[in-house]
Amino acid sequence: MSDDKLPVAHDAAEGHGEAAVAENPFADPGLPPHEPRRTDIDERAAKRAERQVSLLFLVSMLATVGFIASYVSIDSDKIVYIFPLGHISALNFALGMTLGVALFCIGAGAVHWARTLMSDVELPAERHAIEADDETRADVIQQFKTGAAESGFGRRKMIRNTMIGSMALVPLSGVMLLRDLGPLPEKKLDRTDWNEATSDAPIRLVNMNTNEPMKPEDIVVGSLTFAKPGPSASRPAGLQESDEDFQEAIAKDALMLIRIQPNDIKDADSRDLGFEGVLAYSKICTHVGCPISLYEQQTHHALCPCHQSTFDLSDGARVIFGPAGHPLPQLKITTDASGYLVATGGFKHPVGPSFWERSE
Amino acid sequence: MSSASTSAKQAAPASTRDKPANKAEAAADWVDGRLGIYSLAKANLRKIFPDHWSFMLGEICLYTFIIIILTGVYLTLFFKPSMGEVIYNGSYAPLNGIRVSEAYASTLDISFEVRGGLLIRQIHHWAAIVFVAAMFVHMMRVFFTGAFRKPREINWLFGFLLLFLGFFDGFLGYSLPDDLLSGTGIRFMEGAILAVPLVGTYISFFLFGGEFPGTDIVPRFFTIHVLLIPGIMLGLLVAHLILVFYHKHTQWAGPGKTEKNVVGMPLMPVYMAKAGGFFFLVFGIIAAMSAIASVNPVWAYGPYRPDQVSTDAQPDWYMGFAEGLIRVMPGWEIRAWGHTLNLGVFIPLMLFPLVLAAIAVYPFIEGWITGDKREHHILDRPRNAPVRTALGAAWISLYLVLLSGGGNDLIATHFHLSLNDITYFVRIGSFVVPVVVFFITKRWCLGLQRRDKEKVLHGRETGVIKRLPHGEFVEVHAQLPQDKLHTLTSHEQYEPVELPAEVDENGVARKVGVLTKTRAKLSEGYFGDGNQIPKPTAEEHKEITSGHGHH
Repeated sequence: MSDDKLPVAHDAAEGHGEAAVAENPFADPGLPPHEPRRTDIDERAAKRAERQVSLLFLVSMLATVGFIASYVSIDSDKIVYIFPLGHISALNFALGMTLGVALFCIGAGAVHWARTLMSDVELPAERHAIEADDETRADVIQQFKTGAAESGFGRRKMIRNTMIGSMALVPLSGVMLLRDLGPLPEKKLDRTDWNEATSDAPIRLVNMNTNEPMKPEDIVVGSLTFAKPGPSASRPAGLQESDEDFQEAIAKDALMLIRIQPNDIKDADSRDLGFEGVLAYSKICTHVGCPISLYEQQTHHALCPCHQSTFDLSDGARVIFGPAGHPLPQLKITTDASGYLVATGGFKHPVGPSFWERSE
Repeated sequence: MSSASTSAKQAAPASTRDKPANKAEAAADWVDGRLGIYSLAKANLRKIFPDHWSFMLGEICLYTFIIIILTGVYLTLFFKPSMGEVIYNGSYAPLNGIRVSEAYASTLDISFEVRGGLLIRQIHHWAAIVFVAAMFVHMMRVFFTGAFRKPREINWLFGFLLLFLGFFDGFLGYSLPDDLLSGTGIRFMEGAILAVPLVGTYISFFLFGGEFPGTDIVPRFFTIHVLLIPGIMLGLLVAHLILVFYHKHTQWAGPGKTEKNVVGMPLMPVYMAKAGGFFFLVFGIIAAMSAIASVNPVWAYGPYRPDQVSTDAQPDWYMGFAEGLIRVMPGWEIRAWGHTLNLGVFIPLMLFPLVLAAIAVYPFIEGWITGDKREHHILDRPRNAPVRTALGAAWISLYLVLLSGGGNDLIATHFHLSLNDITYFVRIGSFVVPVVVFFITKRWCLGLQRRDKEKVLHGRETGVIKRLPHGEFVEVHAQLPQDKLHTLTSHEQYEPVELPAEVDENGVARKVGVLTKTRAKLSEGYFGDGNQIPKPTAEEHKEITSGHGHH
């Protein structure tokens, strides 16, 4: 780190004053003289500024009174039309504007006061080096050495090492205490409620909106229907909003049902997993888990509105655009004796975003 | 021992001061006798601050932070950070009878039942948006003027940490109401955590107290949002301000201004009035904004359910570039040996802090390249540090390109563009645009340096056309006044560091390390030929001005 390439520091004798200017046209002429403002020399202008400042403070007072009056007199559910804002809450508008004016006028008054009536003479103040001088530095280092020597930290190695050891271990208690923040993942992310279904005890697909089981003929070509699990051994009434773990369950169980003419289904495996062209895909995006909600019936593309991953549902939900890394898992469906759509097993792959333990 | 016994005999120190002139002085004396305020005030009451509009950007950060704290405390009086389920039954009719969490229900109550609650909620949210924006702009001001140089590098880091923590506290804050949008944001966060190799699922299960979404996340986020992060930020903020006072403020070059002084007006009364008044101006404007512009209308989104989502789900603007990273990243996944490495999410997750860290460490990199160990209190004009300015502009352009990636759906619908094209543009643009911006900005700075040089040497154009006796028309140029000449020539110019000769004086080959070579290369790139315009010298000026003003 050579210092010789640094620019030369300004020579203190270089600047300031007429003599220096004659030699160096770029020399510092020093602080310019103060130019008085109108309010500095004209008492009437100063008086006017004083009245302006007071007026601003007065407006602020009135606005505060207005705030209190609005608070007690305007109903919180009153809606008014104000151009160009549209229909808005009268109370929110009144409180916000009066508070805004009350605050703004205090600020405007103070700034106007400072700019017109307080002195605007610029003054220089000396800076002092941040670094200590050599004497102080030497003194402090000496003090530290004395303190270190008196502690015997360097000399008594056994104390030093055991202390370092104890200090290193003691935070482990804190780490241990975090263990009960939550349970271990185990295989929870691999399973959904659909895993409970078997060919002997299938689970019906229930329409998310009507809460009714569905028959294949209920699903018309080009439609998009959302479904959840119907009655099972562990949920006799099917998955209900009132279930304690509804949110956790629906985050994995949610299905999208579509119907495509079987001939238009490009992926044979996918066609086999469906029933007469009715296909059941997980609704949860494989990117970061948003629910996929936008469906183009002509192209059979499904789009996630969060990050625009696009899946071709006619081709095994292959990713055709966007940041998702793998297709949407598909649920094998068939019909039961009464003709209702059922699942006879779980998804072959875990639903939702990828995770380290996910295997395929 | 003897000294101890003699001092014990002496009376305890007592005030020998004259009687105070009035009650106020008496009160001040009383406080001084206990806190030593006179010594503190002596150095600070008439402390000089230089004046420039850009120096108020930091004030906006401070004031919005205070506004956020004030309104945040108010909101905690009514908000219930609980995922306990209730049936909503309040004045917002469309949601009546719907099963919602207490967090969501209490947010609706704040918005509709508590008089002024909606206003305070909106001030809180608007102030947070302005807070992060102001920190950004303030940081850019510090960056482009070189105010981060010694002795202020550590304060730069404090400021950076405040920005980083501000991001997260904002994210946590808008996650609390448990509405459809905030829940979607949390779901995204969970997906991102799951992408972390080895420990991702464990972190997710510990954070959420089990499977997503669970019932722990809102109360946990609440504590972090109102206590942990603001506590750290308050500490950093105080340290930041103490250092501003201790270092004294930087100032622009100008007549009478040196590295050894600071020129401006005193804290009392001018800056007490100006800065104190500015707090009210900022608060007043944000209150008025909150009166007329709705932000985060959670009632319109509805309560969170993991199987529902709204279109144009967007985070607050400051998380937009992270959103862009996650949206435009190709969906790379490596699946092998029974494991999945989700690079499509993990890489953006790592790039997010890296993009920010790049700007955080910059002062240390520039300090290493210049090797300058002196204190700097005079600001650089951005044009006089072309490479730094170009790097900063390139960084901003990267940020903006990624931000547009984060809003690709809105850009697509509002400007009738193809969403896919925007995404492809951002993928390529993230690499290309910053490079293009770098070169344009650098050339622009060099052009401005040339213009300054021209003005110094040939004066300013007066617009007066003179006809010379032989018929030639010339425009009369007027010499710049002394103070302008000084201001335009007072900046320092570094010379590039040179590598030592390859062989020493004895003809033995010198070993030059990679670091030394890199530094020399970078130094050449910063200060070498063509990377800065040599500023005019007094000799050049004399030679030209002695030629009777025409050229």
